[in-house]
Amino acid sequence: MNVVVFMKRVPDTESRIRIDREAKAVVEEGLNFIISPNDEYAIEEALRLREAKGGKVTAVSFGPEEAVPTLRKGLAMGADEAVLIKDDRKEAYDPLRVARALAAFVRAKAADADLLLFGRMSVGSDNASVPSMVAEILDLPQANVVTKLEIEGTQAVAHREIEGALEKIAFSLPAVVSAQKGLNEPRYETLKGIMAAKKKPVPVITLAELGLDAGAADSQIEILDLELPPAKAAGKIIPGTPEEAARELLRLLRTEAKAL
Amino acid sequence: MILTFIEIREGKIKKSSLETLSEAVRKARETQTTAEAVIVGPAPETAGAELGSVGAAKVHVLENPELAMISSQGFVRALEALVRETAPAAVFFPATAMGRDLAPRLAARLGVSLASDCTSVAVSGGRLVFIRPVFAGKARLTLALTAQPAIATLRPNVFPLEAGSGAAVEVVKKAVDIPAGAIRGRVVEILCESGAAIDVSEAEIVVSGGRAMKGPEGFTQLAELAALLPRASVGASRTAVDSGWIGHSHQVGQTGKTVSPNLYFAFGISGAIQHLAGMSSSKVIVAVNKDPEAPMFKVADYGIVGDLFAVIPALIAELKLHYS
Repeated sequence: MNVVVFMKRVPDTESRIRIDREAKAVVEEGLNFIISPNDEYAIEEALRLREAKGGKVTAVSFGPEEAVPTLRKGLAMGADEAVLIKDDRKEAYDPLRVARALAAFVRAKAADADLLLFGRMSVGSDNASVPSMVAEILDLPQANVVTKLEIEGTQAVAHREIEGALEKIAFSLPAVVSAQKGLNEPRYETLKGIMAAKKKPVPVITLAELGLDAGAADSQIEILDLELPPAKAAGKIIPGTPEEAARELLRLLRTEAKAL
Repeated sequence: MILTFIEIREGKIKKSSLETLSEAVRKARETQTTAEAVIVGPAPETAGAELGSVGAAKVHVLENPELAMISSQGFVRALEALVRETAPAAVFFPATAMGRDLAPRLAARLGVSLASDCTSVAVSGGRLVFIRPVFAGKARLTLALTAQPAIATLRPNVFPLEAGSGAAVEVVKKAVDIPAGAIRGRVVEILCESGAAIDVSEAEIVVSGGRAMKGPEGFTQLAELAALLPRASVGASRTAVDSGWIGHSHQVGQTGKTVSPNLYFAFGISGAIQHLAGMSSSKVIVAVNKDPEAPMFKVADYGIVGDLFAVIPALIAELKLHYS
């Protein structure tokens, strides 16, 4: 069973974002970068599938050379190979551009993949669109926001979260799956894994090498502005005993805020 | 024409789809065009009346026996056929699990990009401009799409309904062709969570708890409070979920769900940026915390500094006495 896992380098979720309004971009200086948290569930699932069924796990990232450490973390967790699809554009808000590159990679370098695994959404661009777009470009079935995955031969069943319920999706491989918290508990890298990962090569592929012409690599998203959300005015602190405060709070919510 | 995908669950039209259609109707009005709606697979009999009442000019129902079961591959094929035939300027989807499955697939099939999970749509120079939170609300991106149709998913609970703005409209049924073997993944079963509770992302009121809830018992109290409020659901911080006090489908924040209810209660949630990112677009925020310095108070409209385990029962008692 060959699995390709896509990993994205994103700003730490604990970090505050600063914005360069003129460049319409996030200021990267001083930001700590991590693997997008949902991607860790994807790599963990890939490793478990390999442990159960054999095959290999390839970690792939799309982005600048600074994403190599992200891939090394994937290798340290246990991926067999890692590849960077190099892209130096600062804005990565166009999911079609990313999906076209990833799909071209799969066609050119990983045509034998049985499963393409993603995190359900990268934190940052927050599109949650690349997995479905890759599935469509490659004409594969998909299961997104998956919390349970069972594979038997070339048939799979996934549990996925929808609003207030779970959907069971039955599909055939090859397929695209995007992982959600709950799917598994990602392992920590071992020291041995980290040392071994340092020695592994991380080949870099350009968009041109994947045969993407300028048109396909162009963004269809025109960024008009990037700003911080407006700051809120200070709220009201309600005094009194718990009973008094509770009564007054509900009164204000009903009469002033009209929220009840 | 602006086309809106209407999601059907258990034979009924989802409210988030009516919200999305309402916004399409407003944008169609501003750009001197019409808004039409599309249902894939079996449609409820009331579709023409219900969708007409929020202002749809026409309802398309795409039919094929293969569409009786939900499948992203089948639904997208059906939608593609309609889009190619009617050439809409834009296609809107609700940013629900189904909408977020279908919109990117349809976009990729048509070779266009999309704007995901938008919280505002404007018209500028005759074209649609989309505003969407990025970094889970830590920043706000304004964008335009350079190719047609402009495909967008719209966040539930954000766009107001166009109530009673139109009469029942024509429902046009159309058989669509789906080649054999095109669908290789289908929804085979839908399992409702116990109690069929409303999802946090769809609730009008979210009652959330954090580290200070101390354990699963605290969340039982929050569930009791939520049960006394209309269309309310229980949310949680990452700490509470990671401690195993409540299931992860309740997690609000950058690594959980992003919510924008009318009313958000934060009980014992300090307000780490990770959590604020997921709920700061709530319309009214209430913070209850022992620590007066908790960052949550900075975003709250109303705050109570005090012991949760005294305030929660007081709220429950007051609601039972005067609000039920």
